[in-house]
Amino acid sequence: MAEKIIDRSNEYIRIEGVTKRFGEFVAVDNVSLNVYKGEIFCLLGGSGCGKTTLLRMLAGFEAPTSGRILIDGQDMADIPPYERPVNMMFQSYALFPHMTVAANVAFGLEQEGLTRAEIDRRVGEMLDIVKLGDFGRRKPHQLSGGQRQRVALARALVKRPKLLLLDEPLGALDRKLREHTQFELINLQEQLGVTFVVVTHDQEEAMTLASRIGVMNKGQIVQVGTPTEIYEFPSSRFVADFIGSVNMFDGQLVEDEPGHVRIRCPELEATVYVSHGISAAPDAKVSVAIRPEKIEMTRTAPEGSENRARGVVKEIAYMGDMSVYLVRLDSGRIVRVTIPNIERHDERIVWEETVYLNWHPSSPVVLSQ
Amino acid sequence: MMPNAGNRVPQGLADDRLGLWQALLQQFGLQRWSQYVRQHWSGQRLVVAVPWLWLFLFFVVPFLIVFKISFSEIRLAMPPYAPLFEWLEEGKRLVTTLNLGNYAFILSDNLYISTFAYSLKVAAVSTLLCLLIGYPMAYAIARSAPTARSLFLMLIILPFWTSFLLRVYAWVGLLKTDGVINNTLLAVGLIDTPLTLLYTDFAVYIGIVYSYLPFMILPLYANLEKHDLTLLEAAADLGARPFKAFLRITLPLSVPGIVAGCLLVFIPAVGEFVIPSLLGRADQLMIGRILSDEFFANRDWPVASAVAIVMLLALLLPIMLFQRYQRRELEAAKR
Repeated sequence: MAEKIIDRSNEYIRIEGVTKRFGEFVAVDNVSLNVYKGEIFCLLGGSGCGKTTLLRMLAGFEAPTSGRILIDGQDMADIPPYERPVNMMFQSYALFPHMTVAANVAFGLEQEGLTRAEIDRRVGEMLDIVKLGDFGRRKPHQLSGGQRQRVALARALVKRPKLLLLDEPLGALDRKLREHTQFELINLQEQLGVTFVVVTHDQEEAMTLASRIGVMNKGQIVQVGTPTEIYEFPSSRFVADFIGSVNMFDGQLVEDEPGHVRIRCPELEATVYVSHGISAAPDAKVSVAIRPEKIEMTRTAPEGSENRARGVVKEIAYMGDMSVYLVRLDSGRIVRVTIPNIERHDERIVWEETVYLNWHPSSPVVLSQ
Repeated sequence: MMPNAGNRVPQGLADDRLGLWQALLQQFGLQRWSQYVRQHWSGQRLVVAVPWLWLFLFFVVPFLIVFKISFSEIRLAMPPYAPLFEWLEEGKRLVTTLNLGNYAFILSDNLYISTFAYSLKVAAVSTLLCLLIGYPMAYAIARSAPTARSLFLMLIILPFWTSFLLRVYAWVGLLKTDGVINNTLLAVGLIDTPLTLLYTDFAVYIGIVYSYLPFMILPLYANLEKHDLTLLEAAADLGARPFKAFLRITLPLSVPGIVAGCLLVFIPAVGEFVIPSLLGRADQLMIGRILSDEFFANRDWPVASAVAIVMLLALLLPIMLFQRYQRRELEAAKR
């Protein structure tokens, strides 16, 4: 994946030690975060992790219990939502049901006291951008889900905000439309130069949209990084587990050198050799995480005595572009392996075959327990 | 059904006769009939038929009788009106006496015209007052904590536990010259002489607004309670201050509740009899009072019927408008 270049000199949002409590419940727990101008920042996490509360605090619908939020250098503490330079696209879209599409889009501009001609011109422009030029006189209930989503987007963007907040922007769309809309969103964002903060529970959505992802769990940000960083170098078991699928083996550090480490895992007969150093105490208990697509599966035993395992194929799921194999190791542990279906007629490995697994020394990620 | 019919047929009976019987039974028998009922008289229809029948017996039929009487002439007899149809010369000739005089009388006599106008004015002003008082109350209840809502609603409905008549009489005690309000104001020293509160338009408005306020609040509450509050957040997000958001979002979306509440107050208020009789002016009657006077005091059933018909027509218009509005709302909601 091509990573976007982030201009880190241009900080736009600064969240400083923000905590939000609802009674006893801590929704957002001491979060500090910077978002830079022009980036698409995704807050990713399961339901109830506090990502939506954080977004609502940026919009001004909730006030932080403690901490500060600065947008463009300005403290947002006493600024009501209707005076913030921020617009939001709601998860439910929140289109005004009694107004036409054009009136919905015009609503924000009317609050700015522009002339009717100016409003009509900008509404027309915006509807053309989201390809709804002919739908201005329809009511929201006469539109499809995808069209409604685009009206909501047009309504939020027509005010030319510097920051757009999107709450599960693609949640209500079907799969095909989602993919298409994702790329449209990215194009629009580049075209208009708006900073996006997106809340989503869908890791795939976060991966494709985001320039950076902040993974949230139980009100805290557990890791911030580019999609590649998050996927390839998860900083904790939670992130490794949450993003994509992973095979996790518990083990013990047996050799710790600056350039490499060796780990012994009870569930693997061979030691794991990792070709990069880690910072951990000697003899520390660690976890080794290996992504299913980074494991090679062969019928013949691989060379070398490390980074290998033997097992029997117990389950095969054909997914079209790839197949997922569940292999039971001699230790009884089930390992997930994905193999791309490169050839159409191949002597594919089948059920109950004995196979050998191996992986490159750079593939495993070592995580402290 | 005759499942075993073949076994019990006497020997001598010809086969074709048996077939005929079966065909006849199938054609006209119970089975056929029950099938018809099942196909055409679904449970849904039967359920709907009950209120229809009720309305027919106790609304349509009486209405037709009143409608008929309104075209008759008054007569000193029992019943006190001339028949509309009469058989003369021992049933050889049917005479129809259609008398439009009652309507001409009502529409030419200033008493009736001004009474109609006054009734409509009182009803309209009371409806507006109910709306102005009821809307903020309904809004406050709809936006209060869910646990508090049922308590507030209970308080709105609570007056219904006392008889309507008693509650109106209670207002007499409050408003009269040596009533609670005047005595309190005198005791406090705000006034020197008692105010004339009872038997005024003011008293009628108080009575009607007090009695009909729940009918305004309940439909408004039912509407406001369903509003999606994210719409207001969206409006704020787009730069609308809270009051602006109310005017542009909440108010237009609550129009169905406003219409329902206004009709529920306006329609009974036009024909209100008890409140103006107990609290209102002696020199200006409302239409309900005229109706009862014509009927009981003057025993002029035809004119009373004509008054009732005119009033009904005047009320039918807003009802029909409401029906049309509701239908449109339903169609919009279906899509």
